[in-house]
Amino acid sequence: MTASTVVIVLAVFGASAVEAVEALTIVTAAGVSRGWRSALEGTLAAVLVLAVLVLAIGVPIARLVPIDLLRVVIGALLLVLGLDWLRKAVLRASGHKALHDEDAIYEKTVADLSAGVTAVTGAAPAGAGAVTGAAPAGSWRRGPRDATGFTVAFKGAFLEGMEVVLIVVTLGASSGRLALAAASAAAAVAVVCVAGYLVARRLSEVPENAMKLAVGVMLTSFGVFWVGEGAGLHWPGSDLMILVLVGVFAVTAAVLSLAMRRIGPSRQAVAVHTGHS
Amino acid sequence: MTSVLRALGAFARFWKGFLIGDAPELFVGTLVFVGAALALHHHGYVAVVLLPLIVIVFLGGSVFRGRVRS
Repeated sequence: MTASTVVIVLAVFGASAVEAVEALTIVTAAGVSRGWRSALEGTLAAVLVLAVLVLAIGVPIARLVPIDLLRVVIGALLLVLGLDWLRKAVLRASGHKALHDEDAIYEKTVADLSAGVTAVTGAAPAGAGAVTGAAPAGSWRRGPRDATGFTVAFKGAFLEGMEVVLIVVTLGASSGRLALAAASAAAAVAVVCVAGYLVARRLSEVPENAMKLAVGVMLTSFGVFWVGEGAGLHWPGSDLMILVLVGVFAVTAAVLSLAMRRIGPSRQAVAVHTGHS
Repeated sequence: MTSVLRALGAFARFWKGFLIGDAPELFVGTLVFVGAALALHHHGYVAVVLLPLIVIVFLGGSVFRGRVRS
């Protein structure tokens, strides 16, 4: 197993785990407040659509597009995504941006859904209230179907999963390891689901910001490496250069976090962040 | 027709949010980086040092800008 393979597996696993935690918060809230049957069906439908997207987009891209062009475009996409994650993680780690609080998101989603509000994830109100008396938690097989619970779970899982699809397709297609990337993502989702079941609703204990920072470092490193490779640059040490870049950007993130901490947190950072990403 | 336009609009909004989001300077930085990589790829170690530096400069600037805006 080469250095780049290890970093691909870690990057996809980490990114998928972060997004899965965020999706699980919404799905759990939908399940508890609107019934598990619809929430699980909505989640399953989203996962199926995402899997089809990986096959429909990833496989043709990997086979038809010239590898150098693919690496420049995909490297640039990874760079945009990785830098955005790194920026947010550094701002959160240094107190300049409120931490992503899964407990607060969960409470807000449950409250909104219990009140019949469907705008939690931008869900369309169509079908809202089509079924009254949603199934109580635990009766997922025989409970009635609930359009709101299905829609909220579907959109939550789909929107969070889209970023995972992009990472799986970009990392997998440009390295010729699409199956490995998809398997790594699936493993991360499975681990988060099992962990979520075991710890019940204590999703806020997941070190989400640290994971986001680590994944941001890896995505940025891959982005820099592949844009360089696609442009015709020969990195010294070939694939091993990815590890050097990971080290460089990890140190950069740490230095930036320390420097920003010295500047001091802003007043608005006290408010808890409950929005997307 | 309306649903097609709506889908296209949603698709465009997704990519705008993904590429630009709330930090357009990072998108600009990525374009600068790609341009620099294409221009410098024959310069060996100069490119190896300069390319990561470009990323670090844009990241630092974006983080500081995020602090100023907040």
